[in-house]
Amino acid sequence: MITRFDIERKYLEIKQQAEPSGYHLNPDEDFAKELVHGILINEERYGFATCPCRLSVGPREDNIDIICPCDYRDQDIIDYGVCYCALYVSTGVAAGTTPVSCIPDRRPPLGELVSKETDNAKPSVLPEKQGLPFPVYRCRVCGYLCARTSPPRRPVRYAVPHRIGLRSILNKPVHILRHGRRWTFSKLCS
Amino acid sequence: MDFTHVDGDSHIAVTLFSLSTCGHCRRTKTFLEEKGIAYDYIDVDCLSGGETFTGGVYDLVKSYNPQGSFPTIVIGGEKTGDRW
Repeated sequence: MITRFDIERKYLEIKQQAEPSGYHLNPDEDFAKELVHGILINEERYGFATCPCRLSVGPREDNIDIICPCDYRDQDIIDYGVCYCALYVSTGVAAGTTPVSCIPDRRPPLGELVSKETDNAKPSVLPEKQGLPFPVYRCRVCGYLCARTSPPRRPVRYAVPHRIGLRSILNKPVHILRHGRRWTFSKLCS
Repeated sequence: MDFTHVDGDSHIAVTLFSLSTCGHCRRTKTFLEEKGIAYDYIDVDCLSGGETFTGGVYDLVKSYNPQGSFPTIVIGGEKTGDRW
C-alpha cells in the first residue's frame, strides 16, 4: 500500500537529485506527485520504477530504457522542454516562459524494440544537434553522464563522486565515469 | 476484454485506452467526466501480460495509434493518438 507519505518522500528524493544536476521537476506539484505515485506503483508491481506513462512488459532488462529517469529524457527536454511523462521539464518550462507542445514517444512500440547490443552504442545527446564537441552518453544504471567520442567499454580507473548535470558537462568535455563493474549506456537517438 | 463504462452524454462513442499510473490518462478521464461525456475505458497495465497481447488489446491500441502510446482515445470511428 502506497501512502501519501511514501509519495512525498519519493518526490523530495527525486527533486533533491534533480535540481543540483540542472534538471527541474514539473512546476505543477500535484501533477508531478501523481506521476511519482505512478512510478511507485510500477516499482511495487514490477520491482523496478518504470515510466508511469509507458506500458512495461517483461523482465527488467526489457524495460531498462524506461526506468525513470528514462533514456529518452535528455533529448526530449532539449527538443520539447519536457520528458515524455512531463515529470522533468526544462528551465524555460519550469519558469513558465516556454510553452509545452505535443510530445511523441521516442521509444519504438513494443515488439519493435531494437537489440540491446545496438542500443549500447547510441549517445543520449548528439553533438551536431547541440553544437557540442562530443556526444553525451548517460549511464542507464545510475544516470551519470559522460561526453566522449564513444561509450567506455570497460571500467576505468576513477569515478565521479556525484551525479553530473548536462550543464556542467558542457564545460568539461570529457568525463570518465564508472558504475560498479559494468557500463551500460542509454539509447536515445535513432 | 472488459471495458469500464462511465455514464454521460452518449451521442458519440468514446473509448479510452489508458494506463492506471499515467497522469495524462487520469486527466483525460477527469476531462471527459467534467464535460459529461460517456466513455468506456480499459487500463491496459492492469491486464495480465498474456491478456495484453494474446487478448489483442495492445494490437487493438496499435490499430488506432501505431505508436502504441497512452492515452489513446477513439472517438466514434475516428482514430486519435496524440497527447495534449
